[in-house]
Amino acid sequence: MAAALRLKLDEDQLTNCMRCGFCLPACPTFRETGLEAESPRGRIALMKAVVDGLMEPDTAFEEQIDHCLGCRACETACPADVKYGRLLEQARDAIEDHTVRHRPWVRAARKAAFEGLFPHPKQMRLLGGALKLYQRSGLRKLARGAGLLKLLPEPMREMEAILPEAAFRGVVQRIGVRHPARGERIATVGLFRGCVMDVLFAETNVHTVELLTAAGFEVVIPPAQTCCGALHAHGGEADAARRLARRNIRAFREAGVDFIVSNAGGCGALLVEYNHLLHDDPDWREEAEWFAARAVDVSELLVRRGRPLDLSGPKPEAAGRPDRITYQDSCHLRNVMRSSDAPRELIRRVKGAVFVEMREADRCCGSAGIYNLTRPEMAGQILAHKMEHANATEADYLLTSNPGCLLQMKLGIRKHGGGRRMEAVHIVDYLHRHWRRAD
Amino acid sequence: MLAQEVVRELKDIVGDAYCRDDPQTLVVHSYDGTPMLQALPEAVVYPASTREVSEVMKVLSRHCIPLVSRGSGTNLSGGTVPVQGGVVMVMHRMDRIVEVDLENLTATVQPGVNTKRFADHVEQLGLFYPPDPSSMAVSTIGGNIAECSGGLRGLKYGTTKDYVIGLEAVLASGEIIRTGGKLMKDVAGYDLTKLLVGSEGTLAVITEATLKLIPPPQHKRTMLAMYRDLYGAARTVSRIIENRIIPATLEFLDQPTIRVVDDYARLGLARDMEAILLIEQDGDRESVERDIARIAEICRGERAERVEVAATAEQAQKLLAARRSALTALARLRPTTILEDATVPRSRIADMVLEINRIARKYNVQICTFGHAGDGNLHPTATTDARDREEVHRVEQAFEEIFETAVRLGGTITGEHGVGVVKAPYLEWKAGAAGIDVMKGIKQAFDPHHLLNPGKLFAKETRKRVVIDRG
Repeated sequence: MAAALRLKLDEDQLTNCMRCGFCLPACPTFRETGLEAESPRGRIALMKAVVDGLMEPDTAFEEQIDHCLGCRACETACPADVKYGRLLEQARDAIEDHTVRHRPWVRAARKAAFEGLFPHPKQMRLLGGALKLYQRSGLRKLARGAGLLKLLPEPMREMEAILPEAAFRGVVQRIGVRHPARGERIATVGLFRGCVMDVLFAETNVHTVELLTAAGFEVVIPPAQTCCGALHAHGGEADAARRLARRNIRAFREAGVDFIVSNAGGCGALLVEYNHLLHDDPDWREEAEWFAARAVDVSELLVRRGRPLDLSGPKPEAAGRPDRITYQDSCHLRNVMRSSDAPRELIRRVKGAVFVEMREADRCCGSAGIYNLTRPEMAGQILAHKMEHANATEADYLLTSNPGCLLQMKLGIRKHGGGRRMEAVHIVDYLHRHWRRAD
Repeated sequence: MLAQEVVRELKDIVGDAYCRDDPQTLVVHSYDGTPMLQALPEAVVYPASTREVSEVMKVLSRHCIPLVSRGSGTNLSGGTVPVQGGVVMVMHRMDRIVEVDLENLTATVQPGVNTKRFADHVEQLGLFYPPDPSSMAVSTIGGNIAECSGGLRGLKYGTTKDYVIGLEAVLASGEIIRTGGKLMKDVAGYDLTKLLVGSEGTLAVITEATLKLIPPPQHKRTMLAMYRDLYGAARTVSRIIENRIIPATLEFLDQPTIRVVDDYARLGLARDMEAILLIEQDGDRESVERDIARIAEICRGERAERVEVAATAEQAQKLLAARRSALTALARLRPTTILEDATVPRSRIADMVLEINRIARKYNVQICTFGHAGDGNLHPTATTDARDREEVHRVEQAFEEIFETAVRLGGTITGEHGVGVVKAPYLEWKAGAAGIDVMKGIKQAFDPHHLLNPGKLFAKETRKRVVIDRG
């Protein structure tokens, strides 16, 4: 494994770290533990120690690399522009190829999910359908009543409780592939529908299309697209991520779009880095550059290029007074796609609503992909602290730009909300509620 | 590696979880913010109280094991790198703000408290703790005390030592001493408080500090002046002081820095400017407005090319951006950034900057200088690549000549960053042989067995001072 790490880790980046420590206050795991090893500076030092031969990459090393949320807040704080995200992916890639620490059932589950499920939209829809059946039919009540859910590990049990209703029919099945712009066409955009998004939040995808067309964009949803590959890239399966990237690039290229729009910060962040992912592939480098330059988040596109939406629809006064809204940044949208003003700008445009900035809204909520399932104690600790700040805003609605964050916030409200009325909603859904169609 | 029975003794004091000697822990405590310096400790302990620190010290003393105390490890002179092995003691668990005394205007804190968190807390209570080292979001009060950290407000408000009025510390023997107190005047014996501030962890381990607080300024204004002529900027600095105006900050960027910052931040800085001064004044509204107007006049009088006074807080942030992004811009040029600090009397700043630029050209290395013009504390910063040994050697030679120049101009080898390992070979140039002997005597009195942070401050051998022949 040491040899693989030496091969895969970017030595320039490892040398670039000045060890100034500016990343420490930005890092959630450092903030929670106070331990140097749980900080970006520490993790980089461990990687460098392995490359320099100072240390063997033992189980503790693998675990520590696993502890990182991958939120990349450190990159935003770093004066030297160390590409920590890249180092993390490279390290995990080398580790996964050589690790002996996964028990057989973990290995099997990873393979099933990463290769058999996420990359196959049809399989995802089947899962969605099965989940919906479970939720809608008496099965769920039965399982709860019989205490069967107690058999699940706690993080999964909690997740089950807050899952929205799943769907068999994704956005393409509901509204079709091509949607003309309202009024003069500003550009043609491809919607990245996502794998989890389309199963758990298909309606959000529909709303995204409606808002984009109203803002003057023609929307195409290429059916040949697939999972973005973020879970794979972050989980040490770089080759699998590259395969998915190629499929997506081809699908959107063939659709002939000007932009690729996503409504999930976690996905968007990998889409804008497809050029880096495929940098060493001479056949795909140019295509990947084309794609990465055009990947954009829906908030960013609406604010920077779209015609302003009429957000003076139904008065945002669910409790008989103006809605108080707060916003939790998607780490990947903020730190990788470098977008944090656009969502706030959009929220402020909702007539009659009051926007309240949450303290440390820029700090990770603990979802971090599937981190809240794989490392529930740390995720839970981070979530508890996050909810302290969220509750302090006394907001009616907590908006997010990513499905993972959204689920984690729902969980947080359930566990730590203390009965307050706060609802976690995707920003697109909230905007859609108060959007007035110009009919 | 530490003998198992010693590890057992330490674990019995701090708890099993808080004494670690696994490879991972050792690696992440083998460095600090100093480039190209790394040494593995034998164990790391995380004490939670003065009593635990004292007990640990007794064990280490008995076994003659060195101790390196550490806050966040952001120092730049090697002060927290365990170059002779031993135990690293991380003070982070002792991070309480014990009390803020609103009657006496003091605060008592544990050493591991984050400086910014402390400063913000004090601010919320309507008071002011001025020392603002650039590392304050990361560093701890204990670390600041050990290094006597400075910051941008040094000229007007002083540095860490001006605010430490009492300490509790553990000696190498494990004995606990208390110095000073909530007192503005105390001449009972030698001033051990001031001696310990800046002693770089070589005389004692600080376990509690009492800090003086002052009332906050009411109003603040920011301005920027650009100069085509370096001496114009230098004269401006002198004339401001001659006019009995002490600004809150008086920062400087030299031409190489300006170009790098402009490349990075695209602030539209004129690249042929030889100097930029960033000036801030705070205090009551009337005097601030009067001072800023006078300073602007002085700048124009010294032929400043452009003078901009910020009218709003946002504008002020824009002006500050140039200074704030200096380190970031420089750090992105090459992989290794060596941030040094050489201080001269204010009146010699222009000479020092010109010498630095000459020395950089002589050794064909890139050095950009920015810093605190108001107090003469400059930060010549070299950008290089640690893997290029040949270039690194030239950079080291350049810095040696820079330190020599600073001392020759009546200055010092370090204004804020400390001597540590990096500047130990040059300490004698500043302190003189007799000075070093006295310092060593003091060290001997505090720590006869040389257990506390060994290998720092006093080099095995002083570099020969080269007399530069400028023909």
